[in-house]
Amino acid sequence: MTRVLARVLAFFRKRALDEDLDQEMAAHIELAVEDSLRRGLSPEEARRQALAHFGGLEPARERHRDARGLPLLDSILQDLRYAARTLRHDAGFTIAVLLILGLGIGVNTAVFSVVNTVLLRPLPFHDADRLVWLEDTLGDADGHIDLSSLTFSVDMYEPMVRYNHSFEGMAAYNAFFSQGDYKLLGRGEPERLTGVPVAESFFTLLGVQPVLGRSFAHEECQKNGRKAVMLSYGLWQRRFGGNADIAGQTITINKDAMTVVGVLPKTFDFGSVFSPGTHVDIFVPGVMDEMRDQGNELAVIGRLKPGATVESAQAEFHALAPMIRQVHPDWYMHVDSRLRSLKDYVSGKLRRSLVALWCAVGLVLLIVCVNVANLLLARSAARNREFAIRGALGAGRARIVRQLLTESLMLAGGGGALGVGVAFALTRFVAGSQTIAVPLLGSVRVDGAALGFALAAAVGAALLFGLAPAFAATVDRTSDSLKETGRGASEGKKRATFRASLVVAEVALACVLFAGAGLLLRSFMRLLDVDLGFRPSQAYALRLDYIYGNQATMNAYYREVLSRVSAAPGVESAGITDALPMGQNRSWDFLPKGGTWPRDNQPAFVNMVAPGYLESMGMHMRDGRGFDWHDTDTSEPVMLVNETFARRAWPGRSALNQVIMLSPKVSRRVVGLVANVRETSLEAQSGAAVYIPITQTSDLAEVQLIVRAKLPVDAITPGVKAALRSLNPNQPVRDLQALQEIVDRVASPRRFFAMLVGGFALFGLLLASLGIYGVISYSVARRTKEIGIRMALGASTQEIRNSVVGRTLRMALIGIGLGMAASLAVARLIGSLLFGVSPADPATFLGTVLVLGTMAAIAGYLPARRAARVDPTIALRAE
Amino acid sequence: MPDPKLDLLQGTLDVMVLQTLQAIGPLHGYGIARRIEQVSGDQVLLNQGTIYASLVRLQQRGWIDAEWGVSDTNRKAKYYSITRRGRKQLAEDTAHWQRLADVMTRVLALTPEGENQ
Repeated sequence: MTRVLARVLAFFRKRALDEDLDQEMAAHIELAVEDSLRRGLSPEEARRQALAHFGGLEPARERHRDARGLPLLDSILQDLRYAARTLRHDAGFTIAVLLILGLGIGVNTAVFSVVNTVLLRPLPFHDADRLVWLEDTLGDADGHIDLSSLTFSVDMYEPMVRYNHSFEGMAAYNAFFSQGDYKLLGRGEPERLTGVPVAESFFTLLGVQPVLGRSFAHEECQKNGRKAVMLSYGLWQRRFGGNADIAGQTITINKDAMTVVGVLPKTFDFGSVFSPGTHVDIFVPGVMDEMRDQGNELAVIGRLKPGATVESAQAEFHALAPMIRQVHPDWYMHVDSRLRSLKDYVSGKLRRSLVALWCAVGLVLLIVCVNVANLLLARSAARNREFAIRGALGAGRARIVRQLLTESLMLAGGGGALGVGVAFALTRFVAGSQTIAVPLLGSVRVDGAALGFALAAAVGAALLFGLAPAFAATVDRTSDSLKETGRGASEGKKRATFRASLVVAEVALACVLFAGAGLLLRSFMRLLDVDLGFRPSQAYALRLDYIYGNQATMNAYYREVLSRVSAAPGVESAGITDALPMGQNRSWDFLPKGGTWPRDNQPAFVNMVAPGYLESMGMHMRDGRGFDWHDTDTSEPVMLVNETFARRAWPGRSALNQVIMLSPKVSRRVVGLVANVRETSLEAQSGAAVYIPITQTSDLAEVQLIVRAKLPVDAITPGVKAALRSLNPNQPVRDLQALQEIVDRVASPRRFFAMLVGGFALFGLLLASLGIYGVISYSVARRTKEIGIRMALGASTQEIRNSVVGRTLRMALIGIGLGMAASLAVARLIGSLLFGVSPADPATFLGTVLVLGTMAAIAGYLPARRAARVDPTIALRAE
Repeated sequence: MPDPKLDLLQGTLDVMVLQTLQAIGPLHGYGIARRIEQVSGDQVLLNQGTIYASLVRLQQRGWIDAEWGVSDTNRKAKYYSITRRGRKQLAEDTAHWQRLADVMTRVLALTPEGENQ
């Protein structure tokens, strides 16, 4: 043990110890000389004998170092120094390799960080593997699932909690919270906040501890209980300066004085888990008795007891359903629930996309390795003589392989370091972009796992790209290499074939990547071309206050708002709705008159809209009329239906003047037919939907003003805000939100993946072209003499050029052929990620062939031109 | 021609150095090397330089100490002396070598069976 320590110390005190030894050896020689002089030898002879006896100062020094220090580490350092020297010598080569590796490892590390955060790591909650997501199993026959069909009513939630034996605990939040639902007054500018009503057990169940104060108490979650609120960390910092005194203080929200009971930790980001793309500011107690009559609104989670599994809990809940149904015989709909792990709910939809992304980026790394291997091969061919000389001087094959691997590891290390930098930049960018609706994206970091991954990627890459050249360098027989006379000699045939096959592999890999990216990008384009049923461009939404009062008061208010806003400069039309498309849409059951409950129920999305809504959204009337201000609570109840509803309820008949029952006592007459609108996503066909005039109901989810502008948004904003303030000076006015933004957010995951894979494909394409260019131009350089001879024998520049380009294209075509075969297989694998594009999309594949072929032709043409310019007299004389 | 000199067995040099230091007391590298050569009757092939690897090894193990001093001829030299742990080690090594030598002697004394000389 002391020996090891002594050795390590000695390793670091090399210089001092060497000097000490030198002095000691000098003394030794002098002592020996003195001895000999005493025996009567001449001074010269005495010194000669002393040195001869000593047996060489340098070997003694070496042996001394070996004995006292860490000889293996010494020789590794020596290798490293040597590698650094040779790499510095070849600065251009080194920089190229470092850049390629840095980008390759960087994007891989970044993608790993994303995959790790979203897919691999457990959710950021206590013992998150035991958390289960429950959803209702409503939704129409075509699988149109609106939020109402996935959530539970209080009357269903409570018996589930009471009777189940699978869960340690259950919790819920109101899934119909909406952006800017709460209004913070006092303490500066009024501000709209987004808040989520949560059940008493919510934070306890997730294991989230407030950083300040406490969670909601039982009495705060009762009807008419103390008003309480919890702040998100972000709001606390932004609005209250992170002041620790805030706990226990009272703030005014929606006219109510509420006590701030706690502040949630920074790590708790509700939006990024449960509602990607939204930011939540506050949490309020979800009072069950207040939500009891509001239908399906609760999103429910549970924590499994030890020993219970998702499957066993699912079985129990299937069995529970009829029992719950018996408690509520008045319910007509079927009662059931579907269970899956919370993790699956949050990121399950993205698993395929992420895996595809991971594979794509892995391909990139593979291409990078092949490329670097190729560069190293070219370089090692030029270094053949160096190795031959070292071999002749006694360096064993293993030693040379080790030297080459050291160089590779050094390159990979540098590339890895650069890659970590790239990964940091990329993840920062991804985590900071708030417009991508991918869950947990905000918490993507380059963490320890990612660094480990980068290290593994670097070492793996070094072995992959380093081994081939290392062995290639040593198979050539030493004597042959020494005989070769540098430039004039042709490259070994075996090695040329090897390099060509590397390029073929590179082209094939790039081809797969390019075709895959093409399919994903085309899917994204198709998505943008979808007819949404409304025109998002130039349309803006703005959250308004609820208005309380009787229907006549409300109608007067809505009418006044719309007339003032419409009069604002640059505004073309204005309307009101209670639900934006792609948002938290709700659905009700409707019964066309003459049908019977529950057989003829038509579940449909329901929207409460004001006159002017259709125009300002840019929706299309197909038949009948829209709403006007004459539709009031004293006139006949009316509604609009969309085409899907009409087709389903009255196939082959006109929808106009049909009567629909909302309940046994309430009915409405259809006065108009509107074109379908995509309500839930861009991909899904429209479901059935109905529209009810806002002037005949007070059952609004929220109040959204829709403005269609003739001028840019900046030009209309002041006018719109002024109009709203003139009505209600206390109204906090957020900025106008472009409907395009909503559409973009819905399309953002697809765009995110398509853009990333597209970027990877371009990088791969570039590398493949570089590979082709490198191999061809190298072979042209090596064959200058041969080309000179051919030209001297009468070959035209045209022929020389064609032969080089031809060789390139042959290589590229083999690669493209192989790549196409692989791409077709890969395309089938990613089939479920495509939209509106067949996996065998001819345009994509034709485009891939053309692009890769063209790049190959260009990459080959440049050296070909150089070959054609060879002057035979110079080429033949040069030696 | 004299007999070719003996190659030193692995590890033997260390024992010789320890024994020399125990017998004679503090000595510099040259002195140790000379003494071994003399004692062996110049039978041992010793590149004197190799003594220093052995010395540093013994020093790192804590079996010998080193100190710069001055020789009889007033020359600065590094003097080595055996430590207590070194003496213990030497005793063990000596016992080991004795046993090995005994065994070797006996084995080499074996004669082919049935072939009495």
